[in-house]
Amino acid sequence: MLALVFWVGITLMFLDFSGTLKCFLGWMAKIQFLPAILALNIGAVIFVAALTFLFGRIYCSVICPMGVYQDFVNRIAGKFKKRRFKFTPEKRKTRLIILGVFVVLMVAFSPLAALIAPYSAYGRMISSIFQPLYISVNNLLAKAAEHYDSYAFYGVEVWLKSGATLGVAIVTFLIVTIWSWKSGRGYCNTVCPVGTVLGLLSTKSVFKIKIDANKCVNCSLCEKNCKAEAIDFKAHTVDYSRCVSCMNCIGICKKDAISFTKNAAKPSSNEPTDSGLRKALSTGALLAVSSVVKAQEKTFDGGYAVIEDKKIPARDCPVKPAGSRSLRNFSSHCTACQLCVTQCPNNVLRPSSNLSTLMQPEMSFELGYCRPECTRCSEVCPAGAIEKITKEEKTAIRAGHAVWIKQNCLPVSEGVKCGNCARHCPSGAITMVKLPENPSVEVPAVNSERCLGCGACENLCPSRPFSAIYVEGNEVHGEF
Amino acid sequence: MSEKNINRRDFLKLAGAAAAVTTVAMTGCSNAETTEKVTGQKTTSKKEIPTDKMTYRINPKTGEKVSLLGYGFMRLPTINSRSARENAQEELDQETINKLTDYAIEHGLNIFDTSPNYCQGRSETAMGIALSRHPRDKYLISTKLSNFSPTQWSLEESVKIYKNSLKYLQTDYIDYLHLHFVGATAAVDDQRLSGMETFRRRFIDNGLLDFLLKEREAGRIKNLGFSFHGDIDVFEYLVDEHEKYHWDFVMIQMNYVDWKYAKKVNPMNTNAEYLYKRLTDKQIPIFVMEPILGGRLAKLPVHLEKMLRERIVENSIASWSFRWLGSHPNVLTILSGMTYMEHLQDNLSTFCPLQECSEDEFNLLQRVSDEFINFPLVPCTQCQYCMPCPYGVDIPASFTHYNKCVNEGYISVSCQDKEFVENRRRFLIGYDRVVEKKRQAAHCIGCGQCMPHCPQNIKIPEKLNDINDYIEKLRQEKL
Repeated sequence: MLALVFWVGITLMFLDFSGTLKCFLGWMAKIQFLPAILALNIGAVIFVAALTFLFGRIYCSVICPMGVYQDFVNRIAGKFKKRRFKFTPEKRKTRLIILGVFVVLMVAFSPLAALIAPYSAYGRMISSIFQPLYISVNNLLAKAAEHYDSYAFYGVEVWLKSGATLGVAIVTFLIVTIWSWKSGRGYCNTVCPVGTVLGLLSTKSVFKIKIDANKCVNCSLCEKNCKAEAIDFKAHTVDYSRCVSCMNCIGICKKDAISFTKNAAKPSSNEPTDSGLRKALSTGALLAVSSVVKAQEKTFDGGYAVIEDKKIPARDCPVKPAGSRSLRNFSSHCTACQLCVTQCPNNVLRPSSNLSTLMQPEMSFELGYCRPECTRCSEVCPAGAIEKITKEEKTAIRAGHAVWIKQNCLPVSEGVKCGNCARHCPSGAITMVKLPENPSVEVPAVNSERCLGCGACENLCPSRPFSAIYVEGNEVHGEF
Repeated sequence: MSEKNINRRDFLKLAGAAAAVTTVAMTGCSNAETTEKVTGQKTTSKKEIPTDKMTYRINPKTGEKVSLLGYGFMRLPTINSRSARENAQEELDQETINKLTDYAIEHGLNIFDTSPNYCQGRSETAMGIALSRHPRDKYLISTKLSNFSPTQWSLEESVKIYKNSLKYLQTDYIDYLHLHFVGATAAVDDQRLSGMETFRRRFIDNGLLDFLLKEREAGRIKNLGFSFHGDIDVFEYLVDEHEKYHWDFVMIQMNYVDWKYAKKVNPMNTNAEYLYKRLTDKQIPIFVMEPILGGRLAKLPVHLEKMLRERIVENSIASWSFRWLGSHPNVLTILSGMTYMEHLQDNLSTFCPLQECSEDEFNLLQRVSDEFINFPLVPCTQCQYCMPCPYGVDIPASFTHYNKCVNEGYISVSCQDKEFVENRRRFLIGYDRVVEKKRQAAHCIGCGQCMPHCPQNIKIPEKLNDINDYIEKLRQEKL
């Protein structure tokens, strides 16, 4: 029951784009084990460790959304097939090797580690595959609402944020779903690094599932219903490293032979630690000279000028949201769970497609810009990659700086008066100045010391597809 | 009732320029209404529109009957059943246009107005298709010479526009041809010409006006006139030269707000009261455009709407403006762009026949216009002349949304307002619904290329900027 609450809660949070649920459910993400470790959220880590030490891997069967998802799938599978589970010996070596590789990758800040991290993998599945569906339904409702002149729903754009991440999400979804359809918690008990770590703890847990050999009539019901495939009914043993304390066996046993009783053990812990930074590699070629919208000769009234879609400029340094402090801090904490991406109301955050920062969110400003009043991503991040900031703090954080590209700038290329970047700069970092070689032309001059890197200038620049002013990220976010 | 009719008839005779021919009909109509009330047989509140009660005016030159309500083909319906004004890219809904035209003719409407410019140049063709299905003597065609772009100022190019009109409208002659929008000030090589200079280059220097006068002599143009906005010098000049050109009609922007407050609607405009008097003195019949200010007089701010509803509960707000206009004897016809059947039916019920305004009602409308003008609306009539904006901004839709929020009372003055959250939601979500993000006010770069095209002379970039400032304050809750 509690498991259902957690699972539905977290799933809804990933689906929700309006930012209302995070106020009530944000804590559910914050107690996720891996993000909590990365955020150095000691309270949450101790809570999960203690819980496991006392009762075994309850975390896996209640709190972890990926775990509950697997139960959900094999419960449906159970409706279709009779014979379900069969004890299989633990693949201890595989588990430890995967855990080892995972830890090494984490320490090396490779985003590849996040591929198998349960919470973030689940987040990607929901945000990449299911949120677009959810939003589409919402948009239908919004259309209906519009028809009835109601403002209860509003339309939200659906767009492909990153093909690579969607691909990863689909592969994850297929693997996990098929695996759990066939054999319950296979992913959980073979691949999942959190499962392995907690499994080490749970073998020593205080309370454990015990089979009373005297009462047992070897009916094998418990084994057949153990989704972790951890019960060997013939030997009357349970593999505690894989048992997730779901208690299904206790309920199913007709002879009351199974109980959840006290035992003694020693706790242990395993945490990855920080080390050097992997610099982002993206350098990219110079920006292509944009083909700007040409003012058309007007002979008829009405109609729209065609607006070419903006293209992403090649940024030397990716822009990370205010609150991430630095590239290094960001990439060492982010598990690429996509919660911030699902929450961004301005279509700014999207998962990176760059191999060295794969799936980790970064900012770009083709569809909107980072609004001064919004701090949603910082409020939801469970891993400490984006630390919580207030609106006021945000106005003093320099996440990037604007760079002017002369040949794209309309006053230079077309001779029109513009200044839209300066007009909309929320921090007043842009001044329009006379061009030295042609004083009749006014162009933007950027004061990098004042620039926040919000991307208003880039987003509102009339030059298309490449803006005449774009944001370069700051490796370390300065403050005023 | 009959006494009032006699008075009016005398009055019209005195005015001398035009006459109404539907006095008997009026009494007939009100009798019918009374009987209905007595028998109590009505199952709907919808009034049956009679097909033989249209109010006509007489063209003093040709003696022909012109329906007081004219059909403007500027806001035609599109396939997706929205007005082509708001959605210029969409295909026109010819089937509906035909249906509307048939319905209008059936109810006695006989004058149809278009321009080579309307609906991205598709209006004349649509009208040609719709009208050619009727006998040519059943309707009058009014179109314009819309040579706005300097590239169209040569005689050859302009005549081509005229010849195309004949071709698209599938006719050998045009009943009413307007020199379109005299008083406009065009820009040539970054230089803004005066209204007079623009007029000279469009019609005089190239010999176009001489050509048109000859066409009138030849009978291919039955009536020649001009439509006027903007620079009053051009108007004065043309009216002064009436003896030379013999204008058969002139089209002006007229309604109860523009009567005395034209300057407040648009600093470049001139009070309709003055224009009307000038033309009446010269005995030039008047075509009326913008009878309801691009729809703004069809939906008034709530408290003004109440003032009118409390006088006559059932009548539409728009009908007040039409009745007010129809009470001016020198008005030959009132052009109204009717996109939907409801518009057409509502207007026809106002004109079949037209009930003129009483002295009292004139005073009431004066009070309404006094109040109206003090409301901070953008005087946009959605004529779309400013479009397309070269940077893709949807100018008219932005103004319309803003005006809608003002009219409906959804503008907040401070974040402390009780309704702030609701108003914010309505404004921002509503704006996203009617205008795509990339076409919203924030994308106006202030190039000002739209401004010379605006007949209302709105400082478009400034207004868009104001709207964006308001949006910014709503979003940041810093109002």
